[in-house]
Order: sequence, then C-alpha cells, then structure tokens
Amino acid sequence: MIELRDIHKTFGANHVLRGVDLTVTKGNSLVIIGGSGTGKSVTLKCILGLIKPDQGQIFVDGQNVEDASRDAFLARFGMLFQGAALFDSIPVWQNVAFRLMRGALKRPKDEAREVAIEKLRRVGLKPEVADKFPAELSGGMQKRVGLARAIAADPEIIFFDEPTTGLDPIMSGVINDLIREIVTEMGATALTITHDMTSVRAIADNVAMLHDGVVKWTGPVNDMDTSGDPYVDQFIHGRAEGPIAAVR
Amino acid sequence: MIHFLASIGRAVMAALAKVGSVALFALETISHLFRPPFYGREFWHALIQIGWLSLPVVGLTAFFTGGALALQIFAGGSRYGAEAVVPSIVAIGMVRELGPVLGGLMVAARVASSIAAEIGTMKVTEQIDALVTLSTHPMKYLTLPRVLAATLAVPVLVAVGDSVGIMGGYLVGVGRLDFNAATYLKNTVDFLEPWDITSGLFKGAAFGFIVATMGCYHGMQSGRGAQGVGAATKSAVVSASVLIFAANYILTELFFAA
Repeated sequence: MIELRDIHKTFGANHVLRGVDLTVTKGNSLVIIGGSGTGKSVTLKCILGLIKPDQGQIFVDGQNVEDASRDAFLARFGMLFQGAALFDSIPVWQNVAFRLMRGALKRPKDEAREVAIEKLRRVGLKPEVADKFPAELSGGMQKRVGLARAIAADPEIIFFDEPTTGLDPIMSGVINDLIREIVTEMGATALTITHDMTSVRAIADNVAMLHDGVVKWTGPVNDMDTSGDPYVDQFIHGRAEGPIAAVR
Repeated sequence: MIHFLASIGRAVMAALAKVGSVALFALETISHLFRPPFYGREFWHALIQIGWLSLPVVGLTAFFTGGALALQIFAGGSRYGAEAVVPSIVAIGMVRELGPVLGGLMVAARVASSIAAEIGTMKVTEQIDALVTLSTHPMKYLTLPRVLAATLAVPVLVAVGDSVGIMGGYLVGVGRLDFNAATYLKNTVDFLEPWDITSGLFKGAAFGFIVATMGCYHGMQSGRGAQGVGAATKSAVVSASVLIFAANYILTELFFAA
C-alpha cells in the first residue's frame, strides 16, 4: 500500500503541491487525473524519491520511504516514463534487462537477454527488435519497450507517466490493454497519471482528481461519471467552462 | 548607487555559489571512486571515446604547433644569433606548456561539449530519472567513469602530443631550416629533463579531470529543451577552457616557481 500524507512541494514561487493526501491499496490500480501543471508528475516523483517533498510523509507498506534502504525500495518499483526514457547508447534488450545486468538483481548476460526477449514478447514485440537501438523504433514501439523495462524485474509497484501521450488512438488502445493485462496478471499495485480519459476507463480501479496541488475527489472509476464534483465533471467532459480555469 | 552595489553583491554571491556547487560536485565524484558499485564497461567506453578518439585532433594540433614553434624560435633566435636553441626550446615548450595546454583545450572542445550534450539530453528526456528508478546512481554510472577516463587518458594524449609536436619541430628544423638531423635530435634530448616531461603529464591529468567534470556538471545542470542543452554545452566548453588556463598558471607556479 502507498500512502501520501499532507505532501507539499514548492518550486520558487510556485506552490505545486499544497497538501496531497492519497492512498493506493495493494493490488489496486489508481489513476491520477488533472490538468497540466497541477502536480501529477511531481507527486509521482516524490514517491520515487526523485524529488524531495518540502513537507509531509510517504509510506510504502507502512514504512516511511525516508527510512527505507534506497536500493531495496527502488527494486520494488517499475516505471514507464512519458517519453519512454530509453537509453540511446545501448540496444533494446539491454534497456529492458538494465536492472538485471547490474546491482542486487544481477544475473548472467545470456539469462538477462532471455528475460528481456520474453518481456518484449509479452508487450507484443518480436525478438528481432532486441538488437535494434531505441532511435530505430517508432514512438509506439518505444513505449512498449519502456513497458517491458518497467516489468522486467517483476516489480510489486508500477508507475505509468502519461502512457499514451503522443500515440495514435489504436496504439493508445494497445498500450492501455497491455497495462491492464500486465497489472492484473502480475497482481501489481499501479499508479498512473494521464489526461487521456480512454486510458482512465481502461486502466483504473480508482481515480483521484488533482487540482491546485490537492486531491479534489477520489473514488472508484465507475463512480467518476456520477461523482457530482464540479472539477471532475468539467475535466472528464473536457468543458472550457467550470471551476478549472482554461488559461493557467 | 545602492542598487549598483547590490547588483555587484548579487553577482559575486551567485559566482561563489556556482564555485561551491562545482566543488561539491567534484568532491562527490571523487568520493564515488571509493564506494562500489563500479561500472567497468562504462569506464572502458569512456576511455575509448575520450582517449582513443581524441588522438587525431590532439596529434594534428601538436604537429602543426611544433612546426610553427620551430619557425618562430628560429626567426626570433636569428636576431641574436641564437638559432641553435630551436630544438631545445621546441622540446621544452611542447612538453612543459603547449602539449598539455593545447591538448587539454582540444579535449575540452571535443569532449566537454559532447559529455554535456549527452548528459543534458539524457536529463531532459528523463533518462537520468530512469537510471535512478533502475537503482543506478547517475554519478556512479555517468560521471565517475567519464572523469576517471579523462584523468587517465589526457596525460597519455599529452605524451603523444609532446612527441608529435617535437617531431613537427624536427621536420621543419631539418627540412626547412637546414638543421643537421642528428644534431637536432641530440639537442632535443640533451636539454630535456625528466621533470619537464612529468610536470606536463601531471598538468594533463588535472586538465582531463577539469574537462570531464565540467562536461558532467553542466550536463547534469542542463535546463529544459534544446536551448537548455545548448547552453549547457557552451558553458561546459567555456568553463573547462578558462579553468584549464587558470589551473595551468597555478600548476606552473607550483612546479617551476623559484
């Protein structure tokens, strides 16, 4: 279980997070929605320790992340970045097997390559892709490689940062389905941030609406359309009129 | 007046903060030398990129500099009837000053820029964040291998540059200035002392450290987008070059001041 208590974060004069309280239960898929610049990515990066919150506490399975051993803590996570964030200088299979080739999870090179090819197959990519370099792949293929890397070490918790941004609707559907299938079959806890309402409906068990640095509404995805929350209503219907200013 | 003084104060404070930030970055890099894990493959890759692939540019620079130096010393020396000093001055000038400084500058132009651009691009495309989430410390994986490789490779490049530069002087001396080949070589060797050579190699190591540290520092500090990476690249080359000149003066004072 991931628990955020009263998280604050300021960058210069910009108070991005103003007291985020959020809980993701084990094995659950939570999607955070909200406009650009509302602090979704910052929230995610705070959990991973990429950004240190100014105030508040984050617990993973009851343990304060500040007290956890960094490597052991991160070994439980997988993350799919918005632009896939693949390492340009190494081939696809080494990207996927990156964690398996160094550190505590290190295993022989041949074995790591086998796992990488298996994970690539799991995300619908042929073994021939393994020896290509990331720059040789399309955006959709890069996202799938990023997804394969995120699940390579069978993490307990997976984060997805805008998983369908920049993809065509069909490829978005493929990625959404893959995420849903993988999260279900692995029994992983998933936290996704997205603007894409199709993704939300495909991936989420629960939804949290973030606005002005606080969680305005949270609940099951099936209740989202009848939430009665003006922020959620405006966002999911994409209305220019409402409590969320169109120009931010 | 107050505003003017305040702006000077702010600029000085910002400059000092930057110096402190660079110093802390350099110290952290060095500290990782004593804390595993180490990434040998990254180190060898950096050694090839920084050392082996810089050989042509350093060699050509040294060759033409050695040749030009021979012509200049001959022209200047002939005013006093001191043409015979050409071989020894070319040799001493190359190994003490020109070899290390020009080698360092050429590596700064070639390597500091590419390191800053590579790491800066990695930063703006979230590859640095991805490294962290994959339990890999960016300083260990990106910075230490490059800094260590440059610190070890640049002295070797300087040694090669010294030799090629002396050879350039020799070819000009013998071919253009009618020096006797055997006499030229004898004068070169007789007047060179071991410390002339080793001091230049120490300078090379210091310059290599500066070049890679500046490349990594500015890459890691890169702003967003193409403009941010461009600015980081420019800052890396400029700061590495200026620091090479500053370090050269300080080391020359340390090594040769009476």
